[in-house]
Amino acid sequence: MIETITDVFSNFWVSLAGKLLLVATMVPLIGMLLGFAEMKLSAKMQSRVGPYFAGGRWGWAQLIADGVKFFQKEDLVPEDADSPVFKAAPILVLVGTVSLFLVIPFGPGLIFQDLSVGIFYALAISSVGTIGVLMAGWSSANKYSLMGGLRAAGQLIAYERPLVLAVVGSVIMAGTMSMSGIVEAQISVGFPFVVVQFVGFGIFMTAALAELARIPFDMPIAESELVMGYLTEYSGFRFLFFFLAEFANMFTLSAIAATLFLGGYWLPFVPESSLEFTGPLILVGKVFLLTFTMIWFRWTFPRFREDQLQTLAWKVLIPLALMNIAITATLKVVL
Amino acid sequence: MSAYFESYLTVGAFAALGAVLVLGMLGVASILRPNNPTKAKRLTYECGVDAVGSGWSQTYVRYYVFGLLFVIFDVEAVFIFPWAIILEDLGVFGLVEMLVFIGILVLGLVYAIRKGVLQWE
Repeated sequence: MIETITDVFSNFWVSLAGKLLLVATMVPLIGMLLGFAEMKLSAKMQSRVGPYFAGGRWGWAQLIADGVKFFQKEDLVPEDADSPVFKAAPILVLVGTVSLFLVIPFGPGLIFQDLSVGIFYALAISSVGTIGVLMAGWSSANKYSLMGGLRAAGQLIAYERPLVLAVVGSVIMAGTMSMSGIVEAQISVGFPFVVVQFVGFGIFMTAALAELARIPFDMPIAESELVMGYLTEYSGFRFLFFFLAEFANMFTLSAIAATLFLGGYWLPFVPESSLEFTGPLILVGKVFLLTFTMIWFRWTFPRFREDQLQTLAWKVLIPLALMNIAITATLKVVL
Repeated sequence: MSAYFESYLTVGAFAALGAVLVLGMLGVASILRPNNPTKAKRLTYECGVDAVGSGWSQTYVRYYVFGLLFVIFDVEAVFIFPWAIILEDLGVFGLVEMLVFIGILVLGLVYAIRKGVLQWE
């Protein structure tokens, strides 16, 4: 029986269809799970109850109810808006999100496609969403949206640099760009790279938070100044896609950070032979730890000012990341 | 079909899935949702008050300068990554070369900072 299943999946087209189906269920599921976690945790941190009634207990069905509601909403496009661009923006944002899942290793061999340029691909594809955001801001024909879109573009390109440069430290240590290769390198040296790459990890998480445009880096949306930034004119289902992408990106960026710095699907003292089954659980555990920190930050820090944000990226994080590269490379060659 | 081509096809299929997800869900929802766009509904919302003038207003040129700076540093990453992989084989020679390269880049960044390009007034 098992042999027949493996036989069927050894066909390229069948396995491709299986992978696509898996991702197509994973993205909305993760979006809902993290969305609900954010609602409940935010409520906890503010001494509220949060969602309560939907589903009978703990309000667990709240986001399913929200989804059904969005399903019935009218698809409105403002008259003045640049309609084709306005409609294409959420598509581009979601393309970037879905493509990121491709290179996350969930266990030994459990990866959608182990590209040899894995991390490079991930960093490249993560900026596709930026274009979508800028398109959304521009096409809305709304002054606040335009401001939000420009702020988002300025912020995302500023923090793209530290994000990319922070990764180089891990790549030098592993000697490969393949995501599963990086995890294997950590297994063979016997410790997660964060032990020596703590500077890189700190820079990466800060930049990831900014890439996600979450508080304290949420100037592109900044409800109190820009209404809802580039999202202002969106409603119904198209609005939902932006949120789905945000939560799914939270997952993927945390997963990339976990893979590069925290050992990915591997944990010290867990027998290597059991990784095929425990691996996905270990990775998801690490991801939830990181996403929890992101939600925690949201209720801890106030929003930055636009110039402070740019100063932090260009004058602190980028020089720090370059220094990290130089030191890591020197140690690698000398030792 | 070679494994090389297959991996490219998978990348393409994943990108296409993103578009299919959005269009498919919107397509299914079109059966359920009402469609009655009136003049008032299709007005630009902005901040709730009727919008004045065009939505495409003039913006700060500062963003453009940041874009230029970004391009310079982005190209740098293309060179650093291949170097990072084979650093072990290159040894001291490769290390010194890259330190010179990074040094020049830092010089450029310092110049931009001293010139006040990154200052917001």
